[in-house]
Parts: sequence; C-alpha cells; structure tokens
Amino acid sequence: MSAGQVIFLLVGAVTLGSGIAAVNARKMLHAALWLVLSLLGVAFIFALLEASFFAVVQVLVYIGAIAILIIFAVMLSRSSLTDEGTQTNPRWWLAALGLLILFVGICAAILLWPKVTSIPAPLPASATDLATLGKELVNPNGYLVPFELSSILLLATLVGAIYTAVEKKEEIKK
Amino acid sequence: MAVIWQNILTFLQGVLRFIGDPITILNQWLTGVLSGWGANATLIQVILAILGGASLVLGGLFFTVFLIWLERKVGGRFQDRLGPNRVGPWGLFQPLADMVKIFTKEYITPTGADKIPYNLAPVLSVGAVLAVIAVIPFASTIFGVNINVGVVYLMAVGAIGELGIIMAGLGSNNKYALIAGFRAVANLISYEVPMVLVLLIPVMFSGSLGMNDIARSQNVWYIFLAPLSAAIFFIASIAENSRAPFDLIEADSELVAGFNVEYSGLKFGMFYVADFLHSATAALIFATLFLGGWRGPGAESIPILGFIYLSVKATVVYFLILHIRFTVPRFRIDQMMNFNWKFLTPLALVVLAATAVVDKAIPSNLTALRIGVNWIVNIAIWVAADRLVRVVAPKRVVPEVARPRPLARPPLANPPQAAAEHEPGGEA
Repeated sequence: MSAGQVIFLLVGAVTLGSGIAAVNARKMLHAALWLVLSLLGVAFIFALLEASFFAVVQVLVYIGAIAILIIFAVMLSRSSLTDEGTQTNPRWWLAALGLLILFVGICAAILLWPKVTSIPAPLPASATDLATLGKELVNPNGYLVPFELSSILLLATLVGAIYTAVEKKEEIKK
Repeated sequence: MAVIWQNILTFLQGVLRFIGDPITILNQWLTGVLSGWGANATLIQVILAILGGASLVLGGLFFTVFLIWLERKVGGRFQDRLGPNRVGPWGLFQPLADMVKIFTKEYITPTGADKIPYNLAPVLSVGAVLAVIAVIPFASTIFGVNINVGVVYLMAVGAIGELGIIMAGLGSNNKYALIAGFRAVANLISYEVPMVLVLLIPVMFSGSLGMNDIARSQNVWYIFLAPLSAAIFFIASIAENSRAPFDLIEADSELVAGFNVEYSGLKFGMFYVADFLHSATAALIFATLFLGGWRGPGAESIPILGFIYLSVKATVVYFLILHIRFTVPRFRIDQMMNFNWKFLTPLALVVLAATAVVDKAIPSNLTALRIGVNWIVNIAIWVAADRLVRVVAPKRVVPEVARPRPLARPPLANPPQAAAEHEPGGEA
C-alpha cells in the first residue's frame, strides 16, 4: 500500500466516523461540530484527488458558511441543546432495508463500470486551470443553464429571507 | 599572500550570494548533504518540506514575540505613555518575561465546560493563522507553497479561525463568552462578503488566484488601479481580525473579556498570539495583494531585497492598523452591521462591476490611461456614495439604546446650604 492509499483510508475513516457521530450525538452542538469534521474530511479527499479548487471551496462554503450558520441556528434554537429521547423509531428496519438496497445498487453500479479497476492516468496540469472551469460555466453549450438556474434560486432565497425579516419588524411596531 | 586574498574574496562572494538568496542555497546544500547520506529523492523532498514548514511556523511564532512588544510600545506612545521599558533595552524582553509568566500559570477549566471544543478552540485559532503564512510569497524564492487557489485558500482558512472563536464561546459555559460567540458569527460572516467581492479585483487584474502570480504581475501596484477596493479590503480585514474599532467580540467594557473570558495560562496565550499574528498576516496580505508584494528594484535577481521590500510595505500597513486600533472608539453592533450591509457591501459590488468594465474596455498596455480612468471612476463612485449617505438618504434619529438612569445617592445627613439655595422654584 502506498502512502497515498494509507492517507486516503485514514481520511475516509475519519469522514465516515464523524458522519456517524454527527447523527448519533446527543448534544445538537456536538452533532454540528462532528458535521464540520466530516465536511473537512471531504475537503481532504478533494485535495488527495489534486482538485485543490474544490477542496478549498468545500472548506469555504461548507465550513465557512453553512456549518457556521448551522451552529448559529443551534445556538439560538434551544436552551438545553440536548436530546434525551430515544434516537430510533419503531420503523427503523424499513429505513435500514431501503439503505441496504441503495448501498447495494450504488456498489453494483460502480463495480459494473469498466473503468473502476483500471487506474486512470493523472490529468495534465491544464485540467486544473480555473479559467477552463469559469468559461465552461458560462458557455451556452456547457453549464450555462444550471449555473443561471442556481443563481435564480439563490436570488429567490434572498428575496424570501428579506421579505420575512421585514414583515416581522412591522409586526413588532404595531 | 595573493592566494589568501583570493580565498577571502571567494568566501565573501559566497557569503554575499548566501545573503542574497538564502533559501535556495540552503535548499541545494541540504539536498546535497541528504543525498550524500543515501536518501532517495522522495524522502529528501518530504524532509525538506517538513523542515521548511516547521521553520516558517516557528519563524511566525517567534516573530509574534516581537509583534507583542511593538504593539504595546506603539500603543503606549499613542496613549501618551511609555509602554514597556523595564526589561531589557527599550523593554524589548518584556514579552519574554510575560511568556515565562504565562507558561507557569494554572490551567482552569470551568465546571460545565464542553471539554473538547473548549480545549480545541485555542489550537484552531492559532493553527488557522499559521496556515495563512503558507501561501504568502515573502520573496520570489521564499514562500511556503504556491497553490493556484491561494486567495480562496485565505478565505477558507479564515473560516476555520472563526470556528475556533465560536467553539471557545460555546464551550466555555459562560454567558459573556456565548454573546461573544454570537457576535463573532455576525461580525466575521458579514465582513467576509465585501472582502471576497473586493478580493476579486486583484484576481481580475492578474488573471490568477495564486498569491505568487498576483504579486508577480503587479507592474503597477493595484492600489493605484483600485484605490477604493484597497480601502474596502483594508477595512474588512480589520473587521475580520476583530481589531478595534470592530473588536466587539472582546469588548472589555461589555463582555469582560469576550470569548476568551474563561481561558487561563497558555490557552489564553494562544488566543493572544493568534490575535497579534492575525493582524501581522493581514498587513502582509494587504501588501501582497495591493502594494506589489515583494516587487521592487532588483528584487527579481536578489530575492532577499524582495523580502525587505515586503517587510517595509507590511510594516507601513501594520502601523496603520495599530493607529486605527489605538485612536478609534468601538462601534456598536448595530452600527457595525449597518455599515457593512448598507454601505460596504453595495459599494464593493458597484466598485467590482465598474472596475471590471474599465479593465475590459482599456487595453492593459496603456498603463497611464488605465490608472487615470480607474481613479476617475473610483472617485466618482466615492462621491456618489458619500452624497447618497449624507444627503439623499433621509436623516434618521438614532434609536434610543439606553435611558440615563438616576444614580443611587446616599441620603446626606446635612444637605449643603448652597445646593438648597440654588434649587429652582425654592423661595421665589
């Protein structure tokens, strides 16, 4: 096993383990912090794939913005921040069954893919050029429509958030 | 005799060459030594990378000792004091004495503290600042790594520093620390927005996200091409550091000591180090992005000159940060949010759009024209923003935050005669 593989296995174990811990944690805050570790693990996997841009954006967006907002919401939501109740419900086996089918399906799909056993050649340095990514995002034959759609989605979210915030303010005035 | 002179001359030339470019020569020498010991190329690379990283980090940490002295000394002068002046010449060894003191202090963990976040928080905040040093190009040959996403990396690592402060606030089981945690989130997330917008301008000019490329491409300092964005970046980076006037997360008059109120000993010391190092790296980043980095006459051939140029530029910026810290009073939280969301962010958006148009419209070889048009556009935007804030926007009454309450006075046994005579509506 090469050093890279060992690092990959370690990072994968940490990512999965902290993901499970995020679901299992009794304290909401701990769950949020485990989630941060899990997201950091994903960033490491991106870095191991030499996709440095995605690694950095993963940290910036998921940890810098989303995870911190989750923590913010957790801080504001409950005073005790702990969950005493049971963590499973009686139908847990249904979920487990669905998950098993999904897992087997994904594994089968990956294993049936002919390229999975062969190690691909490393991409040339030009492949990590960000200019290519940028041009492809605004290329009409590339990803222009999804790009614009996601920006419209974000705009709608912004407008919605401002609308709710403003209305609340007026209610207080009355 | 002539042979000896020859030898001395070669030696001196070697010394000069070493001073001119120490890192490359050390690198070559170490590679030679290690391969002489029979190490293979990969191992040598790993060893050199570890050595380089360690020396960069240790250099940063030791430099902090000097920074603490500098800040206290400069701060003293601003406040009409002498600053530290007892231990060593000009009080230079005061931080060392403080260090020894802080090493020997007891660690106190408050009851009910969340152990892991509480102890991890100082490590994360120092680690995040040290990670920033990795991408700063100190000279053409002296830098940690040259990743092609340096600017985004800066922002991402800053996010981990935020996480450290939030964990400190939440883990301490203290209301003051918790409020500081709330403020940290509000402060850091909001000021990230104009900062990222304005960071796009050096990226746009240089056509690269890498810090080395941005420094190298500054034939004209970007502050001359984009003065307004440099100012916005400077303000936002002070806010990101939570330095005065944006130091709401450790507002000692309201929150005792803010997020680090429950920390003692070296754990507090680590926050302290992170704070000082953070403003120094902010100065370095500003100098790299807007003041030409290591660029200067002769810096290309003699790398150490580049290091000196960068140090001088960064020192000027650092002094400005100190000047603001010690002269401007603290903002209130609502003022800070208003300033960011209603002024800085729209301004940054407009500047970004205008600079993009100007940059595309004028070919890059007409340097003088570029500077001129950029200045005209920047001044026009500034005047418009200024008018908008002062004249067009309706003047609002500042909402009352706190009513002055009557002070509790002890009843006086014999009220003074003079006070009774001057009472309005007494005898008349």
